[in-house]
Amino acid sequence: MTNFFLIFNNIFNDAPQPWQLGFQDSATPGFTGLVTLHNTIGFYLVVISFSVFWVLFSLVYYYSSKKNPIAHKYLTHGTVLELIWTITPALILIAIAFPSFRLLYLMDEVISPTLTIKVVGHQWYWSYEYSDFITDSGDSIDFDSYMIPESDLELGQFRLLDVDNKLIIPVDCHIRLIVTGSDVLHSFAVPSLGLKLDAVPGRLNQVSFLAERSGTFYGQCSEICGVWHGFMPIVVEAVSSPDFLVWIDSASS
Amino acid sequence: MSDLSSKYVLQTVGFDARFPNQNQTRNCFQNYTDYFKCISAKGEDYAPCKQFKKAYNSLCPNEWISKFDEQRENGTFPASLEP
Repeated sequence: MTNFFLIFNNIFNDAPQPWQLGFQDSATPGFTGLVTLHNTIGFYLVVISFSVFWVLFSLVYYYSSKKNPIAHKYLTHGTVLELIWTITPALILIAIAFPSFRLLYLMDEVISPTLTIKVVGHQWYWSYEYSDFITDSGDSIDFDSYMIPESDLELGQFRLLDVDNKLIIPVDCHIRLIVTGSDVLHSFAVPSLGLKLDAVPGRLNQVSFLAERSGTFYGQCSEICGVWHGFMPIVVEAVSSPDFLVWIDSASS
Repeated sequence: MSDLSSKYVLQTVGFDARFPNQNQTRNCFQNYTDYFKCISAKGEDYAPCKQFKKAYNSLCPNEWISKFDEQRENGTFPASLEP
């Protein structure tokens, strides 16, 4: 009996499934907002589709030449009708636009970050720099993150998705990412965290996020950047902040 | 939690109202310039200058920092570093 209820527990599937159509499970308020916005707009889509198709079908049905032999030759204008079909779409557009703006500006905000991580896209790997922490020798903590080739995969690792050095982040901390490219355009994208930011050479793009739970989140380069564009995945591992400090200690030595 | 001892503190450079947008390129450059202006005015040991160094280290990619350093040595840095 307990097993029966256990299946209603949340199981977070933080890697994409084959032929997956829906979203991955959210791990940040930003992505939860994006999914909600998607559903809100989906509601309007259903309402508009039903009303448009209803009007179309009823016009074809009721005003066919058999049912309605007299053409309304002199019925050329209806002010009320004009007002209705001008104002209603305008109100619908406003109803769609305002939640969208709200989310856009909320996600743009950088709220007192606790950690800055620099993400640099290269042909064809990502490198991460944790320069808030300076090691005893005066260097910053940085490393490259390459995809694990298919021949080296271990059981349970994902083909084309797992990397040798993951981006480690603490949960429940506002994290600022500074994203840039070193050669051509790349794009840093992790769906579960609601991140997609272009890595532009010569420009520093900033984005902020907050991981609400620990987990391993997968993403890929999202701007076509050369022959191995599909082979520079991103893996973000969210751990508790004490664990993060343990990791940063070990990474610096 | 109390037995946790790390030599590092989770702390980074805060929000800067001069750079409220997504584009932080100038934030990096300005802090780099300000640091070297600061130390040429007050000397390398002047503690408040360290804030600029912390900021540009957190914001500028390491590749950029070494490029700026190189330009400074060659005298081709595209901004005045005089106080």
